[in-house]
Amino acid sequence: MQFSFGPILYFWPRQQVEAFYQEVAASDVDCVYLGETVCSKRRELKFEDYFRIAQMLREAGKQVCLSTMTLLEAPSELRELRKYCDNGEFMVEANDVGAISMLAEQKLPFVGGAALQIYNQHSLRKFIGMGMKRWVIPAELSRDWLAELLSEPMVDSVRDCFETELLAFGHLPLAWSGRCFTARSENRAKDQCELCCIKYPRGRKVTSQDGTEVFVLNGIQTQSGSRYNLINQLKDMHGLVDMVRLSPEPKDSLLWLRRFQMNQDGTRPLQLAKFESNGYWLKLAGLVQVQETPERYES
Amino acid sequence: MPLFLRAVKDISDYNCHYECMFMAGINKMELLCPAGSMPALKAALENGADAVYVGFKGETNARHFAGLNLDMPTLREAVRLVHSYGKKIHVAINTFAHVRTWDHWRQAVDDAAAAGVDVLIVADVAVLAYAAERYPKLELHLSVQASATNAAAIDFYKQFHVTRVVLPRVLSMQQVRALARTTDVELEVFAFGSLCIMAEGRCYLSSYMTGQSPNTAGACSPAQFVRWDETADGGLESRLNGILIDRFAADETAGYPTLCKGRFKVGDDTYHALEEPTSLNTLDLLPELYREGIASLKIEGRQRSPAYVAQITRVWRQAIDHVMSDPERFTVADEWNVVLAGLSEGSQTTLGAYHRKWK
Repeated sequence: MQFSFGPILYFWPRQQVEAFYQEVAASDVDCVYLGETVCSKRRELKFEDYFRIAQMLREAGKQVCLSTMTLLEAPSELRELRKYCDNGEFMVEANDVGAISMLAEQKLPFVGGAALQIYNQHSLRKFIGMGMKRWVIPAELSRDWLAELLSEPMVDSVRDCFETELLAFGHLPLAWSGRCFTARSENRAKDQCELCCIKYPRGRKVTSQDGTEVFVLNGIQTQSGSRYNLINQLKDMHGLVDMVRLSPEPKDSLLWLRRFQMNQDGTRPLQLAKFESNGYWLKLAGLVQVQETPERYES
Repeated sequence: MPLFLRAVKDISDYNCHYECMFMAGINKMELLCPAGSMPALKAALENGADAVYVGFKGETNARHFAGLNLDMPTLREAVRLVHSYGKKIHVAINTFAHVRTWDHWRQAVDDAAAAGVDVLIVADVAVLAYAAERYPKLELHLSVQASATNAAAIDFYKQFHVTRVVLPRVLSMQQVRALARTTDVELEVFAFGSLCIMAEGRCYLSSYMTGQSPNTAGACSPAQFVRWDETADGGLESRLNGILIDRFAADETAGYPTLCKGRFKVGDDTYHALEEPTSLNTLDLLPELYREGIASLKIEGRQRSPAYVAQITRVWRQAIDHVMSDPERFTVADEWNVVLAGLSEGSQTTLGAYHRKWK
């Protein structure tokens, strides 16, 4: 089982990003995704900066992918996307089919991000045919759904042509909008947002009127209010999930990487915190947390 | 040249081409109305729809609600009726096929083709590929559920011979204009109805709360998860799968708990953190949409009553006729707004993302 760090989903100051990747370079993570995937106005780091960090990480022995925007609306965003697709050295994670159009022109392989809408064997085969080498499973799919899909003969017969990856730790990206909710939370128009996301390195919490954390606002992205944490389900992923993704947080990302690596076979389970969930993987509502009992560990 | 390269070129090249089209008067704008039932379909036709869209009963379309949609015999009847009016019928097969029940989606395509419909509205690459290969003469439109918001994405879907793209309700008018001027695929936009504020087809908020989403179950904030509780002071609380979506005072109108339209707390403020319960209304933009050559205006609401469909269709028929006869002097009639406000969520309407300030 391999482990990866997904792209930083929040808007962090440049120094914080640089410092994080210095730590990552020294860690034993297998793969790192770099790049802005949420909002094109966030430009603390530019393409050249990510490219330089990518080279640094590669020299440190990491596999590196450049991750791209999910909601592409403006021609200027397509121009920026093209730079990533034309980078010439690193594999690209396509989070919109627009990127696949560009990559397919050059017959380049790619990672298919979780926002691509792949739910069945026929779609999966189509994307593999277009050059998808790794498939990041949509957040809402369960273990059962994935197992069914992978056991279909038309998928099983090409199973050595692609890898699967699952975001198993972090607040889940659940929606993208034309509207910026962080700007709205500060009573600002999107055009005058003053990049206020930078004040919220973990996003902004949204709670129900009776105190349940329902969402996290991250600019135009809405995330799960709970932190998804499948540390206790890793043992059920063997053969289904080739790479386990952790979403970077301002603190303890490397500590969580070590915890995940140590519990690959379920020998070091952890009690989930109150604000964590694992429902999607267990075929339940995403926000549900099922606390595994010792009996289930032995079974 | 690939479309996304064209997209980054100076759009002035296209203005010229565009004005020529406009001057030649080939710019016709379709009024596409929802029909969740035969009575709604008749209401749409009798009140001036150019085309109607329907779905099959079951999980193959994004309005999978009890008592709604057509079975195969009804679809055949619908096709006969629509064609007797000289109009078109579109069938939405626009959810994402499941693994074990893939045959349901394939069957839906076969059935629609056999019934003689004019257009399929599809989102899933698997269903698109099947329809394009098996029925190359059947017109394919890319559903809003596919989230195609840019020229490169539209280019991607051309491999399935898609001739029209339904745009998600996240784009500004400026972005719609830029797309209209760079793509040779027809564009369809939402003109009126419930406002979905997320890029459709990529929103998992509903499955996060309930386990069911538009992509996996064909419905958002499904009714079986809704609970209403009276509060001590005579108000109401609405919940979705136990999560408090909103609280209404005794004198407030309580709306359906669509989860993105609830009142939540951010910092010290309690407000509609994502969106107010309003409806999208683009009447004010009609001349501009017309000038940009938008092929079709879609009215949302297959879940609505025949009476609703009749009233909406009548207003939009008049408005489109006005704009097509004299786009320069088009103004929104007060009585149209009165009718539309009465049919809107919370009696309020918005231009949504089309208007930059909304964002």
